[in-house]
Amino acid sequence: MYVYIIRRLVATIPIMALVAVFVFMLLHLSPGDPAVIIAGDFASEEQVNSIREALGLNDPLYVQFGGWMINLLQGDMGNSIYSGIPVTKLIGQRVEPTLMLTLCTMVIAISLAIPLGVIAAWKVGTWIDRVVMTFAVFGFSVPVFVIGYLLILGGSRALGWFPVQGYTSIFESVPGFLSHITLPALTLGAVYMALIARMTRATMLEVLNEDYVRTAYAKGLATRKVLTKHALKNAMVPISTTIGLGVALLIGGVVVTESVFAIPGLGRLTVDAVLRTDYPVIQGVILVFSFTYVLLNLAIDLTYVLFDPRIRY
Amino acid sequence: MPKTALADLVTKSVRTVALSTPIAAAGFMSAVLPASAQSELKVVPHADLRNVDPIWTTAYITRNHAYLVFDTLFALDENLEVQPQMAEGHEVSEDGLTYTITLRDGLTFHDGSDVTAEDVVASIERWGARDGMGQKLMDVTESLEAEDDKTVVLTLSEPYGLVLQSLGKISSNVPFIMPKRLAETDPNEQVEEIIGSGPFQFVADEWEPGNQVVYEKFEEYVPRDEPASYAAGGKVANVDRVEWRYIPDAATASQALLAGEVDYYEQPAVDLLPMIEADPTINVETVDPLGSQGVIRFNFKYPPFDDKRARQAALWAVEQADYMYSIMGDPEYFEEFCGAYFMCGGPYETDVGSEPLREKDLEKAKALLEESGYDGREVLILDPTDIPVAHGQSLVTAQALRDIGMNVRLVAMDWATMTSRRAVRDAPEDGGWNIFPTWWLAADQLNPITNISVAASGDDAWFGWPENEKIEELRDDFARETDPDTQMEIIEELQAELYDFVPYIPTGQYYQPTAFRDNVKGVLEAPVPFFWNISVE
Repeated sequence: MYVYIIRRLVATIPIMALVAVFVFMLLHLSPGDPAVIIAGDFASEEQVNSIREALGLNDPLYVQFGGWMINLLQGDMGNSIYSGIPVTKLIGQRVEPTLMLTLCTMVIAISLAIPLGVIAAWKVGTWIDRVVMTFAVFGFSVPVFVIGYLLILGGSRALGWFPVQGYTSIFESVPGFLSHITLPALTLGAVYMALIARMTRATMLEVLNEDYVRTAYAKGLATRKVLTKHALKNAMVPISTTIGLGVALLIGGVVVTESVFAIPGLGRLTVDAVLRTDYPVIQGVILVFSFTYVLLNLAIDLTYVLFDPRIRY
Repeated sequence: MPKTALADLVTKSVRTVALSTPIAAAGFMSAVLPASAQSELKVVPHADLRNVDPIWTTAYITRNHAYLVFDTLFALDENLEVQPQMAEGHEVSEDGLTYTITLRDGLTFHDGSDVTAEDVVASIERWGARDGMGQKLMDVTESLEAEDDKTVVLTLSEPYGLVLQSLGKISSNVPFIMPKRLAETDPNEQVEEIIGSGPFQFVADEWEPGNQVVYEKFEEYVPRDEPASYAAGGKVANVDRVEWRYIPDAATASQALLAGEVDYYEQPAVDLLPMIEADPTINVETVDPLGSQGVIRFNFKYPPFDDKRARQAALWAVEQADYMYSIMGDPEYFEEFCGAYFMCGGPYETDVGSEPLREKDLEKAKALLEESGYDGREVLILDPTDIPVAHGQSLVTAQALRDIGMNVRLVAMDWATMTSRRAVRDAPEDGGWNIFPTWWLAADQLNPITNISVAASGDDAWFGWPENEKIEELRDDFARETDPDTQMEIIEELQAELYDFVPYIPTGQYYQPTAFRDNVKGVLEAPVPFFWNISVE
């Protein structure tokens, strides 16, 4: 298995290189000129040109790309065109909120969605099943920002339990962190929960019709044991795939959630950079997201071994 | 007001649920807001501060930031008169060509060094390389020298009426004074460090673009004795710390203000105002008494608007009220009509020539359009949908032009894309444009020199590149004239020419309200949000 992991890790190198080329080319071929934005309304052509020169935007694309790649290999992603702050520092400032938001969302979503999905499958066709599935359809269909606003109105304004916006680092204050992260995690979790609950229900329904489940019941096992030990474990491979793929969905939702709750995370950084065509920042963030995604896929593949001993790498 | 009704409904129903839910929230909330002996003002600014060098960029947000950190030699007061700020005073030679400016005592930079005349010279030179009004001043400057540590001597090559107005300019780019070592930075590159001599210091370590900017009171700052008035007078820092918290979502920012998480919300969205105004603990005030001017700009290089009759047709076809209702909604926040190119309420307000804008006449517009030889070609209007003030103007213009038979296409895009595209000089069908919308703070539009949208110097002019010798001559005459009455005569002649030439349509004068909690005292009325004089109780 170690050989497999190393092989997969080595395979990420060409993938990342391709991502880098694509991101760079797409960005530089799309319209928008940061020099014009910086120069403002009063600048003459020459001034715009000298800003472009100073930013290195006048060099041919391959020179710009080469320079960026050489720096990248040394761990330098360049500086933001606007603030002049190194991209690695900007990303560093933003990693924790996004990571924590995603983790909390996953914890909340998985710990609620899998039991709900199992119960819905077990009680299929009853009112319990219908309630769970109605909830899932709701979570999947209502836009993230609407859920966010509703939770702010309810949780922050009416009850006063949670702050409206912002983020406190977990290393600074744990209660502060929890109060800030709860509403965003619930907001972002709604879609994810819906996705996992539906997938769990569907795979469980399939598994519950298998012969070995009937055998388990026949030999007098308790329902709880049948559901969790025999059925759920066998249903876990497709569920964990869904959990992994759902993370891509989360990345989209993170952008919206971070905007609604004014959380200074990577999603917001991306949107702000895109709106300003801040090339080095966009390139850096997309590379980080892609790399995370590749690693995540590897992690999911490895979890299959836990659930299904027949799978070997 | 359906929004508030919905909010109430949700609030009530959640409260009912809450009464039966035994969770103690108080402990949770107190953990969120650490107690502090320091007084602090929490502000939601109108935009994210991405660059901190106020000479490098003209962005209003950077200008607002710079007013906290930097000081200026002269400054505009509420009577729109220029007053000394860092200057003790100044003397003008009899021939009007030599200005001797003395610095006042007690000026210190945040790095501990004294402010000297050399710092002033270097700062003004850097500003003069970037700013439009600064460039004009530099054009007539023979020499700018530090005579000794406290005396700056400016010698002109010809009489110029706007020396003090230039040095006391209130809006972008403002001639802020920096230490010489920073002011020697290439004006096309950003300064490496933000060191000023203003009432607050910039805390570089706590600056997180896209999230927060922090300023701390500069204890050594010596304010002037006069009361604060616009950018002039004593800049007394009454809070220890000013924190800008950028909240991109208008609904969230409003809720944060209502919940008391922030104290001051610079530009609340107009459609959310009824909700904010309904809370008695919040003050909603128009802090900028001059307001802003909406602008519809034509491209003079290509038909149909290369012909002035087509531009006049557009002027007859539109109505300011349509624009104002679309972008502001509530008539409390705009003028029913303002025909002055240099703003109503400003020193050069006049109504001369404004009939075509005042009286909408579609028949006249159609006749003018026909005379211009309009051939039914497509007119491209850039439409930045992410900025309501600009988007509303595009929509209203499109409809008005369609009403007189023009073939209009709205090109939807975001603001950043528009700022790049409006600089494109190619034909509209090759990636150029015919019309774009924007707006200016009135403080920028008060005279024909700072109002760059009336400049008509062809390829050197602002986007759209109009060319009109008479306008340029009148602008020069105005700049050289030192007698106020004659200046006003020039303005009247100029405005008559502007309404004939139509460099842009002034789509109305409106006022952006600011909201702050009632524990915030001493908010100054000014075209720029200043943070001195403010205390938090």
